[in-house]
Amino acid sequence: MNELKLSNVTREFGGLVAVQKLDLQVGQGELFGLIGPNGAGKTTVFNLITGVYSPTHGSIEYSQKSIAGLAPHQIAACGIARTFQNIRLFAGLSVLDNVKLAMHQKRKQRLPSVLFRSSSFKQEEQQLEASALRLLEIFGLENLCHENAGNLPYGSQRRLEIARALATQPKLLLLDEPAAGMNPQESLELMKLIKGLRDEFKLGILLVEHNMRVVMGVCERIQVIVHGETIAMGRPEEIRRNIKVIEAYLGKDS
Amino acid sequence: MSFWRRLIHSSAFYPIACITVLALLSLPVRYFFVDGYLDQGPYLYQILILTGINIILAVSLTLINGIAGQFSIGHAGFFATGAYVSAFITVTLGPHWHRWFSSATPVSSWLSDSGLLLFGTLGAALATALAGLLVGIPSLRLRGDYLAIVTLGFGEIIRVLILNIDAVGGARGFVGIPKLSTFFWVFFFVITTISTVYNVLHSSYGRAFLAIREDEIAAQAMGVDLTRHKVMAFVISSIFAGVAGSLFAHHTMYLHPNTFTFIKSFEIIIMITIGGLGSIEGAVLGAILLTILPEAFRGFDSFRMVIYALVLILIMIYRPQGILGRFTLWNKRRRKAP
Repeated sequence: MNELKLSNVTREFGGLVAVQKLDLQVGQGELFGLIGPNGAGKTTVFNLITGVYSPTHGSIEYSQKSIAGLAPHQIAACGIARTFQNIRLFAGLSVLDNVKLAMHQKRKQRLPSVLFRSSSFKQEEQQLEASALRLLEIFGLENLCHENAGNLPYGSQRRLEIARALATQPKLLLLDEPAAGMNPQESLELMKLIKGLRDEFKLGILLVEHNMRVVMGVCERIQVIVHGETIAMGRPEEIRRNIKVIEAYLGKDS
Repeated sequence: MSFWRRLIHSSAFYPIACITVLALLSLPVRYFFVDGYLDQGPYLYQILILTGINIILAVSLTLINGIAGQFSIGHAGFFATGAYVSAFITVTLGPHWHRWFSSATPVSSWLSDSGLLLFGTLGAALATALAGLLVGIPSLRLRGDYLAIVTLGFGEIIRVLILNIDAVGGARGFVGIPKLSTFFWVFFFVITTISTVYNVLHSSYGRAFLAIREDEIAAQAMGVDLTRHKVMAFVISSIFAGVAGSLFAHHTMYLHPNTFTFIKSFEIIIMITIGGLGSIEGAVLGAILLTILPEAFRGFDSFRMVIYALVLILIMIYRPQGILGRFTLWNKRRRKAP
């Protein structure tokens, strides 16, 4: 079972407790939403899972293996890929190179075959290029593949980030506010895309999002955190009616 | 596929073609330049060889500074390490070497000299690889200005160390180095350097280097091992700086620590910046320009360096990304639309 399991995870920054005794579980092929007001610690949870930070207490397991404290590239090798809230594409590189780069860890080429451009090296490069193009086609970016990633319009950059994350062939995909800055039409398309991805690639998806329409429309299970603590968990319709959640978002007297 | 197309597409074609052309060229070069058939032959030959050595230095530094984006200003340190190590090897080994490998005929003497040069260069490459490893490791923790200062310090440490080692002449300089660098070997290593850096750049290693330059956090999240790749960039780059050092030592036949101050490092940085940071072609162009310009301006006498500096300033004002920018010559062909 490729299952992500955080138990009792706490992360402190000096005196500030960003995440407190958090339990979180994302099953295989599940669409899971993590929501909360600004500063609730959602992105910190992402950074804990992907190894940017290591937890102060608690354990993070993936496929029954502890991944807490591993370096980001090791976690990526376990099959967890992510996108970033503030887009972090390789802006100076072409769209195609962005995706090819992410296929990096599955490479078989070694330095000698690179230096002498052996036929196995050339073959692998061709395969890489072909599968990168196939992936870009899914996202409708194949016509832009020689463009610099930094020159793409905003919505395409978001989609390229997801494409790049998928190129690492993950089993679990972490999306950090994929709908940020998108108009209603674009976010509708994004919802379709996310569902389609799950079905096509058999991925687990952990989604952090502010856009409630996207979260409610896509996720099967939602967990709400405030000040780094879980206040509610359940199906979208349960969350929508949950008093504590309404209070957290709108204030007590509303 | 016809025979010719198969030949052109085989991996061995380019290296063999290059070596053949070099070998064919080296005879006329010897006749016209070295033996002084041309009026200014030996002078032009000097510039030609120095251009070659500078191309090796610039292209190797491009791998660290331009491609992997780690700002290093310690390249003169690697250059010095290579020069002194290989000179020490050939000076100590030289007399015995010629006893073991006779040099009675021109051919056997060429073989024996080349063997000695390659042996010294190999030693230089190993020593600088080790030095690159040592500098690469702190570079994992440091970025930008901080890394620049560490590498600057490294370069100076190497220079001061050499200044105090008596076996290589210390402050008096290292004399009596045999003249072994030839047109053939210098440009053989120019081609080796360019093709190595080019091949690495267009592989998954190269893409990892570029990713580190663009965004370290995103690179890690995509599975790039920062440690491994940064150290690798430093080691590959410093090996070629060492090779350049070896060729330099056996060309000038005299080494002095003052040749390897941080000003030399800056000279190489100027070459790659003028040519276009991150572009191999740019590094080659920059190296050629910066070797030839000061010589071409000799007519201006005392204003020579002023005009040289002016040209550099003008290039940077009108072309801040370097003359070639991130232009790559051979990329279009590989990137046919599917």
